[in-house]
Amino acid sequence: MEWYWLPEYAPRFVEGVWLTIQLLLLAMFFGMAIAIPVGLVQVTGPRPLAWLAKAFTTLIRGTPLLVQIWLVYYGLGSLFPSIPGIRESFLWPVLRDAFPYAVFALTLSVAGYEGEILRGAFRSVPNGELEAARAMGMSRFTILRRIWLPRALQNVFPTLTGEFILTLKATPLVSTITIYEAFGVGTIVRQETYRIYEPLLLLAAIYAFLTLILVVIFRYFENRIPKRAL
Amino acid sequence: MEQALEYLAFSPPGWGGNLLRGLLSTLQIAFGAYALGLCLGLCGALGKIYGGPVTRWGLEIYTTLIRAVPELVLILLLYYAGTDLLNTALESFGYERVDIDGLWAGIYVIGFVQGAYSTEVFRAAFQAVPTGQIEAARAIGMSPFKSHTRVVIPAMIPFAIPGLANLWLITTKDTALLAVVGFSELLLETKQAAGGTKSYLLFYCAAAVLYLLVTLCSNVIFGQIERHYRRGQPAQT
Repeated sequence: MEWYWLPEYAPRFVEGVWLTIQLLLLAMFFGMAIAIPVGLVQVTGPRPLAWLAKAFTTLIRGTPLLVQIWLVYYGLGSLFPSIPGIRESFLWPVLRDAFPYAVFALTLSVAGYEGEILRGAFRSVPNGELEAARAMGMSRFTILRRIWLPRALQNVFPTLTGEFILTLKATPLVSTITIYEAFGVGTIVRQETYRIYEPLLLLAAIYAFLTLILVVIFRYFENRIPKRAL
Repeated sequence: MEQALEYLAFSPPGWGGNLLRGLLSTLQIAFGAYALGLCLGLCGALGKIYGGPVTRWGLEIYTTLIRAVPELVLILLLYYAGTDLLNTALESFGYERVDIDGLWAGIYVIGFVQGAYSTEVFRAAFQAVPTGQIEAARAIGMSPFKSHTRVVIPAMIPFAIPGLANLWLITTKDTALLAVVGFSELLLETKQAAGGTKSYLLFYCAAAVLYLLVTLCSNVIFGQIERHYRRGQPAQT
């Protein structure tokens, strides 16, 4: 075990971890924003949208994330340059960068997995609560915002925590499309110093620590959910 | 369209044959790793339930660490650590160093990771078996070993099947990570085909379809297995 390289690379690891956290937060935010409608239409309909959402979750959950990331980055990425005039447009700097593709792929993955969980969650909210809300004269959107969605999220909160930890553990995959987040920095260290175990052990520790932080944060929010007294 | 079919043809100018060969080794690795994971998981669960403090702590560290660290990091660590340990052992017995075949390395690496997850699945399933059934087995004079093979394990299986079905799907998808390490399986073959023909979208879509087919077929099979094992259980609403 030799750690002489650590001070030299420490700032890059900090940057890498920050990039990992950015990826995770962006994917969680946009992913949930898509997952809520994906789960909801499967419970309320209309039918064609429900089928579409079902097909989407099956597709995302049935294929490896690495395939999705490469499909998005190499596949979609190879289509864009063939559109005439795109190299001169303001979009080109964004489309040339790997980061948006990574966020997009991770977002789709989160949306697929959480959408499936939210489908069950929306269904599990007791009908009486929704009828009570309707009897109070709430509009359909208000019911969703104030009763249906909060109750659904409360019921599956521990499951969602688990899924977000899985998303954190999936972020190293984007290092394969030239994004130097924590795992990518580790790869650089391995290539430049020829040390095999130390960078990997450091990465294992970093990810275990990030998992711990995530668990603590989610535990805090979970404890704030009022529970029925036993 | 015509060109797409040409690229996907099974004979050499097309890459379809390579993709199918890749799919075959993906399935081989997945089956092997799943079997290894199940063995580790069953032993791990029994160890966690009946073992002494040392066994229990060791297994607790194994499952916690494996489940907190990304698979990609684990795969690299286990691959290097495994080959190192094997070669050190071989050298100390006076044999030549060997290179581990990609297939076996993949099986061992993914199986070891899956073992941690299936330990937890089996442990929860064991604890879901009603105590009365175990006591009944003891009461009619079965030895601890016999009561397990005849009563506890068969009664535990229905509880474990949904979790195990999930793990199988995760195993098949985890094999794709081996492409990063350079093992020849479906995704690496796809990458080579895509790079060779420059039609990235086509080949990655083809790979996605193959993985999806594996998942859908597995769902059907596991649905039937679950129905078979649920025979003796009270109907669920």
